[in-house]
Amino acid sequence: MLELYILLVFMIIGAIIAIEVNDLLSSVVAVGAVGLGLSIVFLILKAPDVAITQLVVEILALIILIRATLRKDLPFSTSGRWLLNTLITICFIAVALLVAGKCFNDLPEFGYPIMRVASTYLKEGLAKTGATNLVAAVILDYRAFDTLGEATVLFTAVIGVLAVVRKVGRKKIGEKVREEDE
Amino acid sequence: MSREREKGMSIIVKTITRLTVGLILLYGIYILSHGHVTPGGGFAGGIIIALSFVHLMLAYGKDVALAKLPKGVTSFLEGTAAIAFLSIALLGFMTGYFFLNFLSKGEEFRLFSAGIIPLCNIVISIKVGAGLFAIFAALVLLKFEPEKKEKRK
Repeated sequence: MLELYILLVFMIIGAIIAIEVNDLLSSVVAVGAVGLGLSIVFLILKAPDVAITQLVVEILALIILIRATLRKDLPFSTSGRWLLNTLITICFIAVALLVAGKCFNDLPEFGYPIMRVASTYLKEGLAKTGATNLVAAVILDYRAFDTLGEATVLFTAVIGVLAVVRKVGRKKIGEKVREEDE
Repeated sequence: MSREREKGMSIIVKTITRLTVGLILLYGIYILSHGHVTPGGGFAGGIIIALSFVHLMLAYGKDVALAKLPKGVTSFLEGTAAIAFLSIALLGFMTGYFFLNFLSKGEEFRLFSAGIIPLCNIVISIKVGAGLFAIFAALVLLKFEPEKKEKRK
């Protein structure tokens, strides 16, 4: 448990650094440190599937962030209604803490899940699906419909990105930005 | 800066990339093909395969990577894999219901076991890898156009 708390504190510090630092590259590197800490947390909690996916997606997301967005002049505003923003932030944090306090009382203790459905999967999964990796058995056999939905979401995202950055739309976006700059 | 980037990085990076990019691709194929036996699966394997092409693009520049895997091919693979995943699900209607595991289960702890799960892993990995590489290539190709125009002006 102790290493878990150390990693959590490390991740929180990394997230704060990512927000507060002025350099964009340093901020991206701090986000990467947070993701790496999260992947180690998954490994400690004995979830290697999620750890592999988290690590790999983090690497790809960081490469896309660094390679594709870092050298652009993105609009970056620091001025504004800071009093109103701070008040709204404090209100949201207070509401979230209240709701979380109510909800966390009903949760089972850490490390002792209820396992009402999952115990059935653990007992019958190997015999019914033949897959030794029970995570694969769940996401591609018992809950394959969810995986179809996830694949559809990714397909839609790819089509959306390709539609936004295609050549015809790109010129219009570039012209707008140039007008705003002038 | 952009002209150097188009040619790629230094000779050290290029040599290391030539040695490691095949291993990364092979590791991705291992992760996806053993997804039903060991941790991993189609999603992670597909992203590792996409990362090997991204690695190639970062080290050698966009022309080399896009010559190996053109943008039209990625779009074709993405769409074909999506249809293939749906058709695997629909094939279950032949003997039962949607997403029925209609193939034989086979022997446990073997590569050829667990019915349609390895097929789904392969299809999902192709879909995820092609889609994410298409996003990366689109964003990289987007990057150079405004800079060139600004330089001309």
